[in-house]
Amino acid sequence: MTANAASLGQGRASKWGLRTVALVYLGLLLILPVIGIFFEAISYGIGTAIDAVTTPEAQHAFFLTIVMCLIAVPLNTIFGVLTALVLVRQKFRGKAFLNALIDLPFAISPVVIGLALLLLYGPRDSWLGEWFFENGIQIIFSPIGMAIATTFVSLPFVVREVEPVLREIGTDQEQAASTLGASGWQTFWRITLPAIRWGVTYGVVLATARALGEFGAVSVVSSNVAGETETVPLFVARQYELLGDHVAGAYSASIVLAILALLTLASMNLIRRRDKVAATPTTIAIAPQVTEPTDEEDPR
Amino acid sequence: MSIEVQNASKNFDGFAALTDVSINVPDGSLTALLGPSGSGKSTLLRIIAGLEVPDSGRVVISGQDVTRQSVRERDIGFVFQHYAAFKHMTVRDNIAFGLRIRKTPRDKIRDRVKELMHLVQLQGMAHRYPSQLSGGQRQRMALARALAVEPKVLLLDEPFGALDARVRKELRTWLRRLHDEVHVTTIFVTHDQEEAMDVAEQIVVMNEGRVEQAGEPRDLYEQPQTEFVMSFVGPVNKLGDSFIRPHDLDVMLEPNGGPVREAMVERVVHLGFEVRVELALPDGEKLWAQLTRVEADSLELDDGTIVYVRPSRRKTFRDGQPHTEEIQALQQ
Repeated sequence: MTANAASLGQGRASKWGLRTVALVYLGLLLILPVIGIFFEAISYGIGTAIDAVTTPEAQHAFFLTIVMCLIAVPLNTIFGVLTALVLVRQKFRGKAFLNALIDLPFAISPVVIGLALLLLYGPRDSWLGEWFFENGIQIIFSPIGMAIATTFVSLPFVVREVEPVLREIGTDQEQAASTLGASGWQTFWRITLPAIRWGVTYGVVLATARALGEFGAVSVVSSNVAGETETVPLFVARQYELLGDHVAGAYSASIVLAILALLTLASMNLIRRRDKVAATPTTIAIAPQVTEPTDEEDPR
Repeated sequence: MSIEVQNASKNFDGFAALTDVSINVPDGSLTALLGPSGSGKSTLLRIIAGLEVPDSGRVVISGQDVTRQSVRERDIGFVFQHYAAFKHMTVRDNIAFGLRIRKTPRDKIRDRVKELMHLVQLQGMAHRYPSQLSGGQRQRMALARALAVEPKVLLLDEPFGALDARVRKELRTWLRRLHDEVHVTTIFVTHDQEEAMDVAEQIVVMNEGRVEQAGEPRDLYEQPQTEFVMSFVGPVNKLGDSFIRPHDLDVMLEPNGGPVREAMVERVVHLGFEVRVELALPDGEKLWAQLTRVEADSLELDDGTIVYVRPSRRKTFRDGQPHTEEIQALQQ
């Protein structure tokens, strides 16, 4: 039993030991809490749970959360790919600084991010906010500020996922495309983007998950008016604080939010699997290729 | 289409990759840029392609100054050392890429791709992805991709560098034959002198960002103009300040009165028809002689045998000028 347990996790005893440790850890920290929320929500009865998440306030919260994602994620995707290209392909002074700056949203507490935005865009005593306010645009305590906060916290994901992929593919394929007559734009769409698509997808998924759940920064810059400036996480927190029947609302909204996030993750795996079958038919294609006549090789 | 480079120089962050380089490649020829790594041969090729811009100098393709033209306007075919295959595209889509960019009609693309797959012997692999091909197949695909757009010139950057020895040899012969069929002016970069001699009609030897010598393979071997060419193109022994080809070194068992030197056989290597005899002089200098099997057998050489060596021909490069000295064997 121990004879061939040379490397960790290879022997039978150590295999089961490792697996148990990993499962207990994941169970306590990930699986049990999620199951707990689920049971808590349905303990009030399925009807109550459904009612709680279909009130106009709840519906608006879901609507607003999705709007936040629809603003933050595309912005961070476009600018994330652009930033990654600059960081990987260009040399300039201050590049290391810019590179460190990208991780700022990871490093700084969301509450601090919210306060910083308040300082910059607040309607009074702020750097830029007063000018906007005088011109009729209120940023803080409105969905605009919340969108900025959401974009801020979900910024690093696409950059950080795309960067290593770009570095790995190098510039050979792009140069080859340009020798074949492709313009910069054609090269980007036909060569670069397909080559980095998994980095982009993964970054988008993570950014979406982050944007769906953001609480701290958004709560600082929101006026917390139900049905107006309340996203799902804010809705959940307020419902929970109201106690009584509202707690059912908090739990059921949490479940829906969790399901949305899980769907995002699952959709990526689904696309990826389908793409894999199409892109590398290693085992499938080789055999039938010989017998299957195609438009090009068929002699007659 | 002839290619001319006039007085090209290029610096990378203070490193002089090319210094005042001029070359002339006649229409329809097959030329090798030969040199050790860092000699500037790839930089020169990339300047011809338009992938690099020279700091000074001009590039002229078939009489037209293309120095300021971008790579996509130059109508060149370029083959990269590591294939640069479009990994997310099938073989067919890879080859068709340039034609699609040029908005060629579909049926024309189909005919052309079919023709090229036949030319590079990739029939039946249209729907494979590069990951399903061997290195040699990938490089042939890359070549077909470059040829698809009927480029004015074909440029290959160490095209066989990443392949194993056997496939390399096959592809060399194959490139040679392909050039006879297609006749497009071709330049390829290599650090392998044997490869250059084997494939090219004309060789440009480069060293430290300069052209050492350009000419036909035989001329470079027989009439090297510099020490560098002498020692880089073909094997060589250095004795004092003179250079001796291993096949110009006579090995004898008796000193027959001429200017001979005593040497000890260190090792005898049989390479089929050729026999390589490694020798050490009393002062410790090492030499080797190339004999035929018959010659070696008649001498009955073995490790430790004391022999006498005499160059029948040697070269010196005093004052930067090549001198050849033929030494007649003494009649016995």
